[in-house]
Amino acid sequence: MDQANPLPTYRREMRAGLRDIAPIVVAAIPIGLLFGAVAAAKGMSTLEVMLMSALVFAGGAQFAAIETWIHPAPIATLAFATLLINARHVLMGASLTPKIRMSRVQTFLGFFFLTDEAWALSERRAMERPVTGAYWFVMAVVLWANWTLSSTLGAVLGLFLGDPERIGADFAFTALFIGLVAGFGRSRVTLVTVAVSAGVAALVHLFIGAPWHVASGALAGIAAAYLAAPKEARS
Amino acid sequence: MSLDTTTLLAILAMAVVTYITRIAGLFVADRLVLTGRAKAAFDAIPPAVLVSVIAPTALTTGWPEAIAAAITAVAAFRLPLLGTVAVGVACVVVLRNLI
Repeated sequence: MDQANPLPTYRREMRAGLRDIAPIVVAAIPIGLLFGAVAAAKGMSTLEVMLMSALVFAGGAQFAAIETWIHPAPIATLAFATLLINARHVLMGASLTPKIRMSRVQTFLGFFFLTDEAWALSERRAMERPVTGAYWFVMAVVLWANWTLSSTLGAVLGLFLGDPERIGADFAFTALFIGLVAGFGRSRVTLVTVAVSAGVAALVHLFIGAPWHVASGALAGIAAAYLAAPKEARS
Repeated sequence: MSLDTTTLLAILAMAVVTYITRIAGLFVADRLVLTGRAKAAFDAIPPAVLVSVIAPTALTTGWPEAIAAAITAVAAFRLPLLGTVAVGVACVVVLRNLI
Protein backbone atom coordinates (compact mmCIF):
# COMPACT_ATOMS: atom_id res chain seq x y z
CA MET A 1 0.00 0.00 0.00
CA ASP A 2 1.15 3.51 -0.74
CA GLN A 3 0.45 5.32 2.48
CA ALA A 4 1.53 8.89 3.07
CA ASN A 5 4.19 9.00 5.73
CA PRO A 6 3.81 11.22 8.80
CA LEU A 7 5.90 14.36 8.46
CA PRO A 8 8.71 13.47 10.88
CA THR A 9 9.39 10.24 8.97
CA TYR A 10 9.23 12.17 5.69
CA ARG A 11 11.84 14.61 6.97
CA ARG A 12 14.04 11.81 8.27
CA GLU A 13 13.84 10.06 4.92
CA MET A 14 14.87 13.23 3.07
CA ARG A 15 17.77 13.76 5.46
CA ALA A 16 18.88 10.14 5.00
CA GLY A 17 18.74 10.61 1.22
CA LEU A 18 20.89 13.74 1.40
CA ARG A 19 23.39 12.06 3.72
CA ASP A 20 23.71 8.99 1.48
CA ILE A 21 24.00 10.90 -1.80
CA ALA A 22 26.44 13.60 -0.53
CA PRO A 23 29.70 11.66 -1.10
CA ILE A 24 28.46 10.58 -4.53
CA VAL A 25 27.61 14.17 -5.47
CA VAL A 26 31.13 15.26 -4.53
CA ALA A 27 32.64 12.37 -6.49
CA ALA A 28 30.43 13.11 -9.50
CA ILE A 29 31.51 16.76 -9.85
CA PRO A 30 34.89 16.00 -11.47
CA ILE A 31 33.16 13.42 -13.70
CA GLY A 32 30.60 16.02 -14.81
CA LEU A 33 33.30 18.63 -15.44
CA LEU A 34 35.29 16.03 -17.37
CA PHE A 35 32.27 15.08 -19.49
CA GLY A 36 31.47 18.71 -20.31
CA ALA A 37 35.07 19.52 -21.19
CA VAL A 38 35.48 16.47 -23.45
CA ALA A 39 32.11 17.07 -25.12
CA ALA A 40 33.02 20.70 -25.80
CA ALA A 41 36.37 19.60 -27.21
CA LYS A 42 34.47 17.26 -29.58
CA GLY A 43 32.50 20.24 -30.91
CA MET A 44 29.30 20.22 -28.85
CA SER A 45 27.95 23.60 -27.78
CA THR A 46 27.37 24.41 -24.11
CA LEU A 47 23.59 24.26 -24.67
CA GLU A 48 23.87 20.82 -26.29
CA VAL A 49 25.96 19.51 -23.40
CA MET A 50 23.44 20.84 -20.90
CA LEU A 51 20.48 19.33 -22.80
CA MET A 52 22.18 15.93 -23.08
CA SER A 53 23.00 15.78 -19.37
CA ALA A 54 19.53 17.01 -18.32
CA LEU A 55 17.54 14.73 -20.66
CA VAL A 56 19.67 11.58 -20.94
CA PHE A 57 21.22 11.75 -17.43
CA ALA A 58 23.25 8.55 -17.89
CA GLY A 59 27.01 8.99 -17.56
CA GLY A 60 28.09 5.72 -19.17
CA ALA A 61 25.94 6.23 -22.28
CA GLN A 62 26.94 9.88 -22.53
CA PHE A 63 30.66 9.10 -22.32
CA ALA A 64 30.26 6.36 -24.95
CA ALA A 65 28.39 8.79 -27.21
CA ILE A 66 31.03 11.49 -26.85
CA GLU A 67 33.84 8.96 -27.39
CA THR A 68 32.43 8.19 -30.84
CA TRP A 69 31.02 11.67 -31.58
CA ILE A 70 31.03 12.81 -35.22
CA HIS A 71 29.19 15.47 -37.25
CA PRO A 72 26.42 15.03 -38.17
CA ALA A 73 25.46 12.87 -35.20
CA PRO A 74 24.65 9.25 -36.23
CA ILE A 75 21.24 9.05 -34.52
CA ALA A 76 20.51 5.31 -34.93
CA THR A 77 24.03 4.27 -33.88
CA LEU A 78 23.93 6.47 -30.80
CA ALA A 79 20.45 5.22 -29.85
CA PHE A 80 21.57 1.58 -30.15
CA ALA A 81 24.74 2.09 -28.11
CA THR A 82 22.62 3.86 -25.50
CA LEU A 83 20.21 0.93 -25.42
CA LEU A 84 23.06 -1.57 -24.90
CA ILE A 85 24.73 0.42 -22.15
CA ASN A 86 21.49 1.24 -20.38
CA ALA A 87 19.86 -2.20 -20.75
CA ARG A 88 21.05 -2.78 -17.18
CA HIS A 89 18.40 -0.28 -16.06
CA VAL A 90 15.72 -2.89 -16.86
CA LEU A 91 17.26 -5.32 -14.36
CA MET A 92 17.87 -2.57 -11.84
CA GLY A 93 14.31 -1.27 -12.09
CA ALA A 94 12.88 -4.77 -11.80
CA SER A 95 15.02 -5.47 -8.75
CA LEU A 96 14.08 -2.19 -7.08
CA THR A 97 10.34 -2.12 -7.88
CA PRO A 98 9.19 -4.44 -5.05
CA LYS A 99 11.35 -2.52 -2.55
CA ILE A 100 10.00 0.99 -3.14
CA ARG A 101 7.02 2.61 -1.45
CA MET A 102 5.81 5.00 -4.13
CA SER A 103 2.58 5.44 -6.12
CA ARG A 104 2.51 4.44 -9.81
CA VAL A 105 2.72 8.08 -10.94
CA GLN A 106 5.57 8.83 -8.51
CA THR A 107 7.40 5.75 -9.80
CA PHE A 108 7.05 6.72 -13.48
CA LEU A 109 8.37 10.17 -12.66
CA GLY A 110 10.95 8.95 -10.15
CA PHE A 111 12.46 6.29 -12.43
CA PHE A 112 13.44 8.99 -14.92
CA PHE A 113 16.19 9.65 -12.36
CA LEU A 114 17.27 5.99 -12.07
CA THR A 115 21.09 5.83 -11.99
CA ASP A 116 23.63 3.22 -10.92
CA GLU A 117 24.38 5.31 -7.85
CA ALA A 118 20.83 6.08 -6.65
CA TRP A 119 19.87 2.50 -7.34
CA ALA A 120 22.86 0.98 -5.50
CA LEU A 121 22.21 3.17 -2.45
CA SER A 122 18.51 2.24 -2.53
CA GLU A 123 19.30 -1.47 -2.78
CA ARG A 124 21.55 -1.13 0.24
CA ARG A 125 18.86 0.78 2.16
CA ALA A 126 16.20 -1.75 1.12
CA MET A 127 18.04 -4.45 3.09
CA GLU A 128 16.80 -2.68 6.23
CA ARG A 129 13.65 -0.76 5.20
CA PRO A 130 11.50 0.10 2.18
CA VAL A 131 12.67 2.92 -0.09
CA THR A 132 10.29 5.88 0.23
CA GLY A 133 9.51 8.59 -2.32
CA ALA A 134 11.09 11.22 -0.05
CA TYR A 135 14.36 9.28 0.10
CA TRP A 136 14.40 8.53 -3.63
CA PHE A 137 13.45 11.99 -4.95
CA VAL A 138 15.92 13.90 -2.76
CA MET A 139 18.77 11.67 -3.93
CA ALA A 140 17.62 11.61 -7.53
CA VAL A 141 17.02 15.33 -8.02
CA VAL A 142 20.19 16.41 -6.20
CA LEU A 143 22.26 14.01 -8.31
CA TRP A 144 20.49 15.17 -11.52
CA ALA A 145 20.98 18.88 -10.80
CA ASN A 146 24.61 18.25 -9.86
CA TRP A 147 25.28 16.29 -13.06
CA THR A 148 23.59 18.86 -15.29
CA LEU A 149 25.34 21.82 -13.65
CA SER A 150 28.80 20.28 -13.42
CA SER A 151 28.81 19.07 -17.03
CA THR A 152 27.55 22.47 -18.25
CA LEU A 153 30.27 24.15 -16.21
CA GLY A 154 32.77 21.69 -17.68
CA ALA A 155 31.73 22.69 -21.19
CA VAL A 156 32.13 26.39 -20.30
CA LEU A 157 35.53 25.91 -18.65
CA GLY A 158 36.58 23.54 -21.41
CA LEU A 159 40.23 23.84 -22.04
CA PHE A 160 40.95 25.74 -18.81
CA LEU A 161 40.62 22.47 -16.84
CA GLY A 162 43.91 21.14 -18.14
CA ASP A 163 44.63 17.48 -18.65
CA PRO A 164 42.08 15.50 -16.58
CA GLU A 165 44.42 12.50 -16.37
CA ARG A 166 47.05 14.59 -14.61
CA ILE A 167 44.74 15.15 -11.61
CA GLY A 168 43.32 11.60 -11.73
CA ALA A 169 39.77 12.87 -12.38
CA ASP A 170 39.21 10.17 -14.99
CA PHE A 171 39.68 7.50 -12.29
CA ALA A 172 37.09 8.91 -9.85
CA PHE A 173 34.27 7.00 -11.61
CA THR A 174 36.16 3.69 -11.25
CA ALA A 175 37.04 4.27 -7.58
CA LEU A 176 33.43 5.22 -6.85
CA PHE A 177 32.11 1.99 -8.37
CA ILE A 178 34.65 -0.11 -6.46
CA GLY A 179 33.39 1.51 -3.26
CA LEU A 180 29.77 0.76 -4.19
CA VAL A 181 30.55 -2.88 -5.04
CA ALA A 182 32.27 -3.34 -1.66
CA GLY A 183 28.95 -2.40 -0.06
CA PHE A 184 27.47 -5.68 -1.28
CA GLY A 185 29.72 -7.71 1.02
CA ARG A 186 32.18 -10.57 0.69
CA SER A 187 30.00 -13.67 0.52
CA ARG A 188 31.24 -16.52 -1.67
CA VAL A 189 28.54 -15.95 -4.30
CA THR A 190 29.31 -12.21 -4.44
CA LEU A 191 33.06 -12.84 -4.85
CA VAL A 192 32.44 -15.35 -7.67
CA THR A 193 30.08 -12.87 -9.35
CA VAL A 194 32.60 -10.02 -9.15
CA ALA A 195 35.49 -12.17 -10.44
CA VAL A 196 33.54 -13.59 -13.40
CA SER A 197 31.98 -10.24 -14.36
CA ALA A 198 35.33 -8.46 -14.19
CA GLY A 199 37.11 -11.13 -16.25
CA VAL A 200 34.46 -11.44 -18.94
CA ALA A 201 33.89 -7.67 -19.23
CA ALA A 202 37.62 -6.98 -19.52
CA LEU A 203 38.12 -9.69 -22.18
CA VAL A 204 35.08 -8.66 -24.21
CA HIS A 205 36.19 -5.02 -24.08
CA LEU A 206 39.67 -6.04 -25.21
CA PHE A 207 38.66 -8.34 -28.08
CA ILE A 208 35.22 -7.09 -29.15
CA GLY A 209 35.01 -3.57 -27.76
CA ALA A 210 32.61 -1.18 -26.07
CA PRO A 211 29.76 -1.17 -25.30
CA TRP A 212 29.35 -4.98 -25.46
CA HIS A 213 31.44 -5.55 -22.31
CA VAL A 214 28.71 -4.20 -20.01
CA ALA A 215 25.92 -6.56 -21.09
CA SER A 216 28.18 -9.63 -21.47
CA GLY A 217 30.07 -9.07 -18.20
CA ALA A 218 26.84 -8.53 -16.28
CA LEU A 219 25.14 -11.60 -17.75
CA ALA A 220 28.21 -13.79 -17.11
CA GLY A 221 28.32 -12.63 -13.49
CA ILE A 222 24.62 -13.31 -13.03
CA ALA A 223 25.01 -16.80 -14.54
CA ALA A 224 28.00 -17.44 -12.26
CA ALA A 225 25.95 -16.46 -9.21
CA TYR A 226 23.20 -18.84 -10.31
CA LEU A 227 25.69 -21.72 -10.57
CA ALA A 228 27.61 -20.80 -7.39
CA ALA A 229 24.50 -20.59 -5.21
CA PRO A 230 23.54 -23.76 -3.32
CA LYS A 231 20.94 -25.77 -5.25
CA GLU A 232 18.74 -26.44 -2.22
CA ALA A 233 18.54 -22.79 -1.16
CA ARG A 234 14.97 -21.61 -0.69
CA SER A 235 13.90 -18.14 0.27
CA MET B 1 25.01 29.01 -27.97
CA SER B 2 24.13 26.91 -30.98
CA LEU B 3 21.80 23.94 -31.22
CA ASP B 4 22.29 21.64 -34.21
CA THR B 5 19.06 19.92 -35.34
CA THR B 6 20.70 16.52 -35.88
CA THR B 7 22.47 16.77 -32.53
CA LEU B 8 19.17 17.65 -30.83
CA LEU B 9 17.48 14.64 -32.46
CA ALA B 10 20.33 12.38 -31.34
CA ILE B 11 20.04 13.68 -27.79
CA LEU B 12 16.26 13.14 -27.82
CA ALA B 13 16.68 9.61 -29.20
CA MET B 14 19.19 8.79 -26.46
CA ALA B 15 16.85 10.30 -23.85
CA VAL B 16 13.80 8.31 -25.02
CA VAL B 17 15.73 5.02 -25.21
CA THR B 18 17.18 5.64 -21.76
CA TYR B 19 13.78 6.43 -20.22
CA ILE B 20 12.32 3.24 -21.71
CA THR B 21 15.10 1.16 -20.11
CA ARG B 22 14.45 2.92 -16.82
CA ILE B 23 10.73 2.12 -16.65
CA ALA B 24 10.78 -1.29 -18.40
CA GLY B 25 11.78 -2.96 -15.14
CA LEU B 26 8.44 -1.95 -13.61
CA PHE B 27 6.60 -4.24 -16.01
CA VAL B 28 8.98 -7.17 -15.63
CA ALA B 29 9.06 -7.07 -11.83
CA ASP B 30 5.31 -7.84 -11.56
CA ARG B 31 5.89 -11.28 -13.05
CA LEU B 32 9.01 -12.20 -11.11
CA VAL B 33 8.70 -14.45 -8.06
CA LEU B 34 12.17 -15.70 -7.28
CA THR B 35 13.52 -18.40 -5.00
CA GLY B 36 16.76 -20.36 -4.61
CA ARG B 37 19.29 -20.05 -7.38
CA ALA B 38 17.14 -17.67 -9.39
CA LYS B 39 17.07 -15.32 -6.40
CA ALA B 40 20.85 -15.59 -6.03
CA ALA B 41 21.21 -14.70 -9.71
CA PHE B 42 18.89 -11.72 -9.33
CA ASP B 43 20.68 -10.52 -6.19
CA ALA B 44 23.93 -10.67 -8.16
CA ILE B 45 22.72 -8.06 -10.68
CA PRO B 46 24.02 -5.04 -8.71
CA PRO B 47 27.68 -6.09 -8.30
CA ALA B 48 27.76 -7.79 -11.73
CA VAL B 49 26.70 -4.64 -13.57
CA LEU B 50 28.86 -2.24 -11.56
CA VAL B 51 31.97 -4.40 -11.99
CA SER B 52 31.36 -4.85 -15.73
CA VAL B 53 31.18 -1.10 -16.30
CA ILE B 54 34.59 -0.43 -14.71
CA ALA B 55 36.46 -3.66 -15.54
CA PRO B 56 38.16 -2.33 -18.71
CA THR B 57 39.48 0.77 -16.93
CA ALA B 58 40.51 -1.17 -13.84
CA LEU B 59 42.09 -4.22 -15.48
CA THR B 60 43.26 -3.55 -19.02
CA THR B 61 44.21 0.14 -19.22
CA GLY B 62 47.64 -0.18 -17.62
CA TRP B 63 49.56 -1.02 -14.45
CA PRO B 64 48.85 2.29 -12.66
CA GLU B 65 45.08 1.79 -13.04
CA ALA B 66 45.20 -1.92 -12.14
CA ILE B 67 47.28 -1.37 -8.99
CA ALA B 68 45.23 1.67 -7.99
CA ALA B 69 42.04 -0.38 -8.43
CA ALA B 70 43.43 -3.14 -6.17
CA ILE B 71 44.39 -0.63 -3.47
CA THR B 72 40.98 1.06 -3.83
CA ALA B 73 39.26 -2.30 -3.34
CA VAL B 74 41.17 -2.87 -0.09
CA ALA B 75 40.34 0.67 1.07
CA ALA B 76 36.67 0.20 0.13
CA PHE B 77 36.16 -2.28 2.99
CA ARG B 78 37.67 0.13 5.54
CA LEU B 79 36.71 3.66 4.47
CA PRO B 80 33.50 5.57 3.70
CA LEU B 81 32.71 6.09 0.00
CA LEU B 82 34.33 9.51 -0.36
CA GLY B 83 37.49 8.29 1.37
CA THR B 84 37.58 5.36 -1.04
CA VAL B 85 37.33 7.70 -4.04
CA ALA B 86 40.07 9.95 -2.60
CA VAL B 87 42.40 6.96 -2.08
CA GLY B 88 41.72 5.71 -5.64
CA VAL B 89 42.36 9.07 -7.29
CA ALA B 90 45.48 9.77 -5.21
CA CYS B 91 46.88 6.29 -5.97
CA VAL B 92 46.37 6.61 -9.71
CA VAL B 93 48.05 10.03 -9.82
CA VAL B 94 51.08 8.80 -7.83
CA LEU B 95 51.38 5.55 -9.79
CA ARG B 96 51.10 7.28 -13.18
CA ASN B 97 54.04 9.44 -12.18
CA LEU B 98 56.07 6.46 -10.93
CA ILE B 99 55.38 3.88 -13.62
